[in-house]
Amino acid sequence: MRRLLTAVAVALFAASAQAAPDKLECLAPAKPGGGFDLTCQLLRLSLQNAKLVPQPVAVTYMEGGVGAVAYNHVIGSRPADPGLVVAASSGSALLLAQKKFGVHDENAVRWLAALGADFGVLAVSGDSPFKSLKELGAAFKENPAAFPIGGGGAVGSQDWMKAAIFAKSLGVDPKTLRYAALEGGGAVLTALQGGHIKIGSGDAAEMGALHKAGKIRVLAVMSEQRLPGDLAEVPTAREQGLDLVWTIWRGFYMGPKVSEADYQWWVELLTKLVATPEFEAERKARGLFPYTKIGAEFDRQVKADVARFRELAKEAGLL
Amino acid sequence: MSLDYLWTGFAVALQWHNLLFGLFGCFLGTVVGALPAIGPINGIALLLPLLYTLGVPPESTMIVLAGIYYGAEYGGRISSILLNVPGDAGAVMTALDGYPMAREGRAAEALALSGIASFIGGLVSVVALTFFGPLFGQLAVGFGPAEYFVLMVFAFATLTSMVGDQPIKTLIAATLGLVLATVGLDPTSGAYRFTFGEPELHDGIEFIILVIGLFSVSEVLMLLERQYAGRLTLLSVGRGLPSLATVRSCIGAMLRGAGIGFVIGVLPGTGASVASAVSYTTEKRISDRNGTFGKGDPRGLAAPEAANNAAAGGAFVPMLTLGVPGSGTTAVMLGALLLYNIQPGPQLFSERPEIAGGLIASMYIGNLLLLILNLPLVQLFVRMILLPNWILLPGVLALAFLAVYSAYASTLSIVITLSIGVFGYVLRKLGFDLAPLILGFVLGKVAETNLRNALAISGGELGIFFSSPIAIVLWLLAAVVVVLPLVLRRRGVLS
Repeated sequence: MRRLLTAVAVALFAASAQAAPDKLECLAPAKPGGGFDLTCQLLRLSLQNAKLVPQPVAVTYMEGGVGAVAYNHVIGSRPADPGLVVAASSGSALLLAQKKFGVHDENAVRWLAALGADFGVLAVSGDSPFKSLKELGAAFKENPAAFPIGGGGAVGSQDWMKAAIFAKSLGVDPKTLRYAALEGGGAVLTALQGGHIKIGSGDAAEMGALHKAGKIRVLAVMSEQRLPGDLAEVPTAREQGLDLVWTIWRGFYMGPKVSEADYQWWVELLTKLVATPEFEAERKARGLFPYTKIGAEFDRQVKADVARFRELAKEAGLL
Repeated sequence: MSLDYLWTGFAVALQWHNLLFGLFGCFLGTVVGALPAIGPINGIALLLPLLYTLGVPPESTMIVLAGIYYGAEYGGRISSILLNVPGDAGAVMTALDGYPMAREGRAAEALALSGIASFIGGLVSVVALTFFGPLFGQLAVGFGPAEYFVLMVFAFATLTSMVGDQPIKTLIAATLGLVLATVGLDPTSGAYRFTFGEPELHDGIEFIILVIGLFSVSEVLMLLERQYAGRLTLLSVGRGLPSLATVRSCIGAMLRGAGIGFVIGVLPGTGASVASAVSYTTEKRISDRNGTFGKGDPRGLAAPEAANNAAAGGAFVPMLTLGVPGSGTTAVMLGALLLYNIQPGPQLFSERPEIAGGLIASMYIGNLLLLILNLPLVQLFVRMILLPNWILLPGVLALAFLAVYSAYASTLSIVITLSIGVFGYVLRKLGFDLAPLILGFVLGKVAETNLRNALAISGGELGIFFSSPIAIVLWLLAAVVVVLPLVLRRRGVLS
């Protein structure tokens, strides 16, 4: 009964500010199980547990072109749907910067919010002689060809970019990198263990657990401050004299013709959501670090990211 | 190696609620497997959030999910045999001899035989998983891009067994498969190839779409043509069970298929479809003395069916021991373990025996359940093929489109399916075999990515392909597969 009353109260409260959309949907532009799914599940479960809205969030999937299909679908077919949010990440911004989403650019949708982030890491195998990024950097600079780098994406992907900015900071041309595009973080781990690659480029959440288990050694986290959890002992790249930061934010966008009132309804809802302990718990459970940018602030952030990535891609000869 | 974890596991898996969970998973798996284009990954993705929110304990969740996974490998054969529409990716090769058997009126026999083959494959892989799991995990670490590429060379070498009496057509078909595999995102440079500015083509041509177009749409066209020409004969069902002699003649094929399937399943990045392809070509190489493969040879049915089930078991090895998924479906299951805050790895067997052991024990029980489910139920499925053509043909087509649309939610995918279907029809009328095309497609992607990664690592040096013992052994095997039959033929051993 109390739950019903709360639900009614919440509904009334929400209605007083702005009519809630009838149906809430989070579109994950990929197969189930990946990072986009994780972003949608974070929204669905934390909203459900915090009981901020009466209706559940339905998670749907539309794979294709690492989000390109969904991007075009939302702009073309559902541009004004007030209940639809689509999962995105800094990887989406990177693809937009390289014009890989087709004719539409980053201004074609309404960027809603980022609810958490992961950070880039550089790692070596657990039995590697290198104990710090400094040592590795010095040896790498000496003979880049002796250090094949592996990441979970193609040339131009986030993992490649992390390797490229590492090379660039040491005065090595990213174009000369020996880079193997492997299938995801798991393949990077086996390739490191098997000695097929010497440096692994990946994400803190995935690599942190492996670092703790001693299978690999994370030499640096690419964040501004040290990260909590499994990687708390690992210094940032900045502490080791290399200015490398790679933030992988996870968030959402909405259709371009969503009204200002509907957009604001979501902004208010998410602002309330991120302050709840239920959200904190769900974010932690998904291995995401605190990183919240909502509404106009997020919109500016995405556009700044895209501009910066475009610059990086040009320097690396990708555009 | 101590097997204590397994006894703990049986204690967990034999609890009545876990038995029910297992039965439920197996049944659901058979259903999603039998439905074309809906694979185990969809079933698992559907159930995982539900089980998690309902607070089902992790070992029970894993038992259900594993049941769906290998249940689907059983179910996939049903539509392969009855409709020539592979129910899932691993069942493509099953159609090559299974469907001709059904057309000869031996549908019930084919279903029962493949059910037994699935069971043997499943059982062998669970036993191998139990005893050699951690050992095989180490083997996978030795496979870098160079070794994978040589493995693919070996797989292509086995393809020479499919050459038959029209080597040029086989080569052309395999090349077409390779060409189709290049559509979409270039896996290493990130450039888009042959996408014509269409985002829906960014991921390339989906395997399921290719298979449904090539096999089911073109098959409907072939049947229509025969119907129109008045040459269509109604299928008779035949006996319900294969004779003991048939089963005995297939035991070798099943065991070889299971072995090949398990090893390929263990390697990350290669799954049930590669396993069944390699086992089919290998079996054809070994057993096809009279050119009966592709025309309804029970051994051509048994080998790939055992292999795809064994591959499903093998895929658990790297997932449980290294935390590296061996297939898309085990990737989702890995996500499930992480959702419950369980870190896979060699320590999983000692620290959480109820999870590792419970899962493996449930696979023994599940395979038994599936055998029971799949033998008596055969009669039920056989009825499907007795449908008259005016229901069956539109039904198959509707099912194909429904499957494609529900998986990709795009009209372009339907258009591509249709175009591939017409293309497949033309190829068949011209006397091409479609199997090499599928093989070229499946193996081509893996071969290309690993070739280029290996060369990127070595800086263009070809020596990397000969630098490890694994690679050298694979080169030797490939050479044997190509050369040995030539030598034997010259000596008159093989006709």
